[in-house]
Amino acid sequence: MTNNSAPFLTLAKNAGFSDGDPGWLKAARANGSERYTDLGLPHVKLEEWKYTNLQPLGEIAYRAVCAKDGDVAIDAIPGLGDASSGGVRLVLVNGCYRADLSDTSGLPEGVRLEPLDETLRDAPDWLEQHLGRVADASTTDRALVALNAAALNTGYVLHVAEGVVVEAPIEIVSMGGYVADAVASFPRNLVVMDEGAQANVVLTHAGSAVGEYLNNSVTEISVAQNATLRLTVLQEDAMEAANLSTTFVSVARDSVFESFTLSMGGRMTRNDTHVTLDGTGAECRLDGAYLMRGRQHCDNTTRVEHRVPNTRSDEMFKGVLDDEARAVFQGKILVERDAQQSDGQMLNKTMLLSDQAEIDTKPELEIYADDVKCSHGAASGQIDETALFYLRSRGIPEAQARNLLVQSFMGQVVERIADGNLRDMIIGKIIHWLPAACYRQEEWRAE
Amino acid sequence: MLEIKNLHVTVDGTEILKGIDLTLGSGEVHAIMGPNGSGKSTLSYAIAGRDGYDVTEGEILYKGKNIIAMSPEDRAAEGIFLAFQYPVEIPGVANTTFLKEAVNAVRRYRGEDELDAMQFIRVLREKVKELGISDDLLKRAVNVGFSGGEKKRNEVLQMAVLEPTLAVLDETDSGLDIDALKIVADGVNRLRGPDRTMLVITHYQRLLDYITPDTVHVLAHGKIQRTGGKDLALELEKNGYAEFADAAA
Ligand SMILES: Nc1ncnc2c1ncn2[C@@H]1O[C@H](COP(=O)(O)OP(=O)(O)OP(=O)(O)O)[C@@H](O)[C@H]1O
Ligand SMILES: [Mg+2]
Repeated sequence: MTNNSAPFLTLAKNAGFSDGDPGWLKAARANGSERYTDLGLPHVKLEEWKYTNLQPLGEIAYRAVCAKDGDVAIDAIPGLGDASSGGVRLVLVNGCYRADLSDTSGLPEGVRLEPLDETLRDAPDWLEQHLGRVADASTTDRALVALNAAALNTGYVLHVAEGVVVEAPIEIVSMGGYVADAVASFPRNLVVMDEGAQANVVLTHAGSAVGEYLNNSVTEISVAQNATLRLTVLQEDAMEAANLSTTFVSVARDSVFESFTLSMGGRMTRNDTHVTLDGTGAECRLDGAYLMRGRQHCDNTTRVEHRVPNTRSDEMFKGVLDDEARAVFQGKILVERDAQQSDGQMLNKTMLLSDQAEIDTKPELEIYADDVKCSHGAASGQIDETALFYLRSRGIPEAQARNLLVQSFMGQVVERIADGNLRDMIIGKIIHWLPAACYRQEEWRAE
Repeated sequence: MLEIKNLHVTVDGTEILKGIDLTLGSGEVHAIMGPNGSGKSTLSYAIAGRDGYDVTEGEILYKGKNIIAMSPEDRAAEGIFLAFQYPVEIPGVANTTFLKEAVNAVRRYRGEDELDAMQFIRVLREKVKELGISDDLLKRAVNVGFSGGEKKRNEVLQMAVLEPTLAVLDETDSGLDIDALKIVADGVNRLRGPDRTMLVITHYQRLLDYITPDTVHVLAHGKIQRTGGKDLALELEKNGYAEFADAAA
């Protein structure tokens, strides 16, 4: 059934399934396969994909991965270092769990963190109940979700039981590449926060420098009543990688979902986040930073649905683009008729360091309730020449002054990260990304 | 110290300065007065080296060297300081960080060791006390949310920390209450010395009561129209600039 409009499908269908898998799982794959065949790989004529062209990916001869692929040494796994005190870490290489690189021994009671197949073996009924609940393969109109369902076999599961509070960050590392040829993986992840549970998850995407790998992941997150989930995503994929992440989040009554997504790596990144505020008092914060250069492309597409009264969302994405890099921001806040007294804020700002860099931004509000507080804004521009002159007039060399102004610009969103260690870590990554501001050499000095 | 000869400056294709001649010796304080839009800030930017302020004719000699081709940062490191008429807000960069970066950039240029955090704080603390600047203002982002007067005080603090040899103060007195004016003037006077030169741009004679100038110039229509002693300021205060109204070239 594979044709040009639905590449990857053969790959997805050969993801090493086991004959003993339960019927519901097989059905989900079949549904996904069917939907993906109908929908095809997204193209730029679709409104949602107007600015991000996936078609060139369809030309790449990816092959399927098997569990033992990827010669990754433990030293290559990026970690939180000092920022982490828990040391709990789950590592996936090309979507497959790697026990040799993971350490989940420090997990507190009431927390399950494991590969999907382990949950399937140990708690199949629980898995059936939760998987595909927010991303239904048979009805989805999202091709990437359907494709992911067709391959449903790998990924991780995090379950925090009722009332359990996990203090230290839980690290999940998704490594790509580390094989000679181009590989594609389709992990499906599940995060379930039971009533009153709290956790901080730090998800890192990284890969081998040469890796031309594709990671089409779907993550389903549900945050039950009075629970809190803070998610920090550090996307530092290899330069030739394609990272297509779709995340569904359902936020229940009086619960909180907060995320910060830092995108720096990859040739092609699409972060598609869909949040539904399903209970009164539900809150979400979606923040992001993108730093792109060369010919990198980064698309942040978000959709926040206020479905019931008294829900709040606050969203800020800021980025810096150099060279011929391109970024896209498509943000939609939808407030349903019943969702009175809701508050939805959205802001996207981009700093362009080069004439060839480009940002396409489309913030949208769709409001059916009449008593709400919503606003959105978008702006892009170059470094402020007056501020640059101000810094230089104090003796700060131009390159350093430019870097300070980029940091100043990104500061507005980075400041919103509550955890001081994570905030410092992300500031460090931003500084590291900046062009080296070489200090004046001796010979530059006036004689 | 500073010698400006037949300086012509064009901004966005419009000639703003049309042949300025000024000579400021070491240790001297000169004041420049003149109507709005006469080119005072333009002159200050040309001295500090702002991009877009093109010198089409003439030269600016600082310590005998033409600085026209020099970058603003090199001019600063060579001892030129401009207190801005409108100080710029830099969100997310703490005032102390900014000051430290500036001081250390200048020290690097001069081949001196950089100050570490402790050494820098020591230097800063002393200046801060003299200028009556609160700790809070140091911790906050550069000029963000500062009142007009606080911004001006912050300019003088930067000057005090950088210890320039040539300071150009562009309306540093505007927006200051009388107590702040005295503090700022004290800050300026403390820097005065035989090796330092100051160019004070102002609209008000009252500043010159505190910072006594050696020479007063009137700038109008892009040219120095008159030069005199301290009394010229008093005269201008009384008569305004009517006398220069048709002096346009
Ligand atoms: N970018 C520009 N393009 C064209 N004209 C400009 C530009 N910038 C400044 N000017 C003009 O140059 C003239 C001098 O401006 P300047 O700021 O130097 O005046 P000033 O003497 O400092 O005035 P004030 O007393 O109001 O501070 C003004 O007429 C101003 O409008
Ligand atoms: Mg002016």
